[in-house]
Amino acid sequence: MSVDVKETVKRIYEEVKAKSLEDGDMLINALHAIQDHFNNFIPPEAAEELSELMNLPPSKIYEVLTFYTMFSTKPRGKYVIRVCQSTPCHVTGGREVIEALKETLGIDFGETTEDGLFTLEYSSCLGLCGVAPVMMINDMAYGNLTPERVKAIIEELKGGEKR
Amino acid sequence: MAAVATNTILICAGGACISAGEESVKDAFKDELKKFALDTVVSVVETGCMGACNLGPLAVVYPEGVFYQKLTPDAARKIVREHILKGRVVEEYLYKGPEGEIKPQAQEELPFFTKQVKIATRNLGVIDPTDIDEYIGRDGYFALVKAVKEMTPEQVIEEIKASGLRGRGGAGFPTGLKWELGRKSKGDTKYIVCNADEGDPGAFMDRAILEGDPHTVIEGMVIGAYAIGASQGYIYVRAEYPLAIERLNIAIEKAREYGFLGKNILGSDFCFDIELRIGAGAFVCGEETALMASIEGERGQPRVKPPYPVQSGLWGKPTVINNVETFANIPPIILKGAKWFASIGTETSKGTKVFALAGKIRNTGLVEVPMGITLRELIFEIGGGIPGNKKFKAVQTGGPSGGCIPAEYLDTPVDYESLKELGTIMGSGGMVVMDEDDCMVDVAKFFLEFTVDESCGKCTPCREGTRVMLDILEKITNGEGTKEDLEKLKQLGEFISNSSLCGLGQTAPNPVLSTMRYFWDEYLAHVEEKRCPAKKCKALIRFVIDHDKCVGCTACAKVCPVNAITGEVRKPHTINDDECIRCGSCIEVCRFNAISKVSP
Repeated sequence: MSVDVKETVKRIYEEVKAKSLEDGDMLINALHAIQDHFNNFIPPEAAEELSELMNLPPSKIYEVLTFYTMFSTKPRGKYVIRVCQSTPCHVTGGREVIEALKETLGIDFGETTEDGLFTLEYSSCLGLCGVAPVMMINDMAYGNLTPERVKAIIEELKGGEKR
Repeated sequence: MAAVATNTILICAGGACISAGEESVKDAFKDELKKFALDTVVSVVETGCMGACNLGPLAVVYPEGVFYQKLTPDAARKIVREHILKGRVVEEYLYKGPEGEIKPQAQEELPFFTKQVKIATRNLGVIDPTDIDEYIGRDGYFALVKAVKEMTPEQVIEEIKASGLRGRGGAGFPTGLKWELGRKSKGDTKYIVCNADEGDPGAFMDRAILEGDPHTVIEGMVIGAYAIGASQGYIYVRAEYPLAIERLNIAIEKAREYGFLGKNILGSDFCFDIELRIGAGAFVCGEETALMASIEGERGQPRVKPPYPVQSGLWGKPTVINNVETFANIPPIILKGAKWFASIGTETSKGTKVFALAGKIRNTGLVEVPMGITLRELIFEIGGGIPGNKKFKAVQTGGPSGGCIPAEYLDTPVDYESLKELGTIMGSGGMVVMDEDDCMVDVAKFFLEFTVDESCGKCTPCREGTRVMLDILEKITNGEGTKEDLEKLKQLGEFISNSSLCGLGQTAPNPVLSTMRYFWDEYLAHVEEKRCPAKKCKALIRFVIDHDKCVGCTACAKVCPVNAITGEVRKPHTINDDECIRCGSCIEVCRFNAISKVSP
């Protein structure tokens, strides 16, 4: 294991621990912090290091992290696109938006584009039903989507990368 | 320019408006004000959600209270130049009725707002959620002072009991009773938890409250902690709400700074603090025992009740769990009294409820109305009815745990009991409106897909049963269903309801059972005639071109992704049914209404 990952995870763990009141409740928070640091996924060596630090078997770490859809054990793109698949989005044209996303990116759900920029995922309700259909790209929400708008947003992000 | 100095521009910075471009509008307002050297006299305040989400980005210009909608940066500049500088209202950005007529300019007079009674959402769209002083300016933390300084914990509990407040998260358990049980539970450490894991599709009131008025939730929790004797609180908020997390963090820090959280609150012996816990994308964590497991750093799986959380909750200690909207109701009740609160609503359901209107409805967004209002008032008067001259078909309440209510029950008063009688639930208050184009079998299937996805897998009826139900529904929508399948579906649904471990499984069949109850004909049409009356299920529809209407413009042939449309220029075209993938692109592009769906 690289010394670098080891030290980073240790630092993240200490930071999270300092903020926690109880020892038992920090696993999920630590996983969030690790995932944020390592470009949207949890590398195996980081999970291993965390298991050492928390004195938990690796199976326990994976038991928890694979339960929650927002944690990933696979590398994800720089932009994680999470499309809402809930009823309000479904009845207001979400299906067409999803098709347009798949077509523009050339990938299916759970996949990452070859250039490592975009990962496409489903999301449960994002609570922005007033402007459905909705998607989130990292922490930014986009509402009132249409197939055309989706294409424009993706192109804009791609353009920003080239510049 | 004294008149100018009194202007304030409130701009909605709720999640929906932000996603519709609020930031650039705000920047344009500020920039234009600066140009005219008005930036020091006219303040631009970012508030929480104003409710009318489909009209966003929104702004209200005071003192007149003029309600501007669908703003763009250019619109903002124009409002500064015209309204602020010259006192002329910019008509093009006012709210217009369905016929294009300009409605009253002031926010309070718009039909969307007149019928509302705002208690839990009283500060939404009015104050800057990141500024604790604005919350205090609206009587914020006064209820806490009253509770801690003038009331005993028992008196606080009595007050909440007398108000008749019931849990706003779904089940409707009396809040005062829960607190009393929490108080009586023995234990040196007790916890109070705010369930902010709002997950029901179509419900976003908790999000709006957390983002727009985080302090009311904190104040409600501190009062609750005082009442039950808790020293530590958790807010469990879902990771899908980054803005809510950000604003809660700011609010908690400020509340600590002002001495509303921490040691010896308001100089008393009472010590209490709150921590945030962030979910990671698991719907089942909204169930209270699963939520506690998740706070403890475990898989979010529910466990058998009893013991209830008030007996044995977090780390085996007594724990009271309430939802966001419930906490938001606490400060007004303490401040204005139980009598006032109990005077609003119906016999068994007191106070107000926040509903999230979504789907096929003209005014989507958040509304807070007295309990007992009829569905008709809610959907047609406040919600403005169905857009596009379509017919109302059903309203879905209670998310994936609820059911669909058809048109004949539109005059039902909305409260916990009446909705239950109709085979659905109040749930967290999501209302998804459906019109004649929505297929109820497809809707039921859609909800079941959700539950199958979100089932945690611990108990068999939910894990396997919902899967089998979904398979049957897929068979039906593919035109391969039989009448026996319908029987099986019903039996299975009842079985899953009775035997699942937690609320998720127990209520998972509701969307199917309730649509079968009210839209039986539609199910029959699918299995007996292989027909989808709403023309939604792809396997049961065909696209045809009306040769009398088609002028042979070739637009449809060009847009068809599979080249299933043939025909010569200026001659009627034909769709080859074997190749058609039923994507609907041709209908959209046809300017002569020559293409239609038929079933069978």
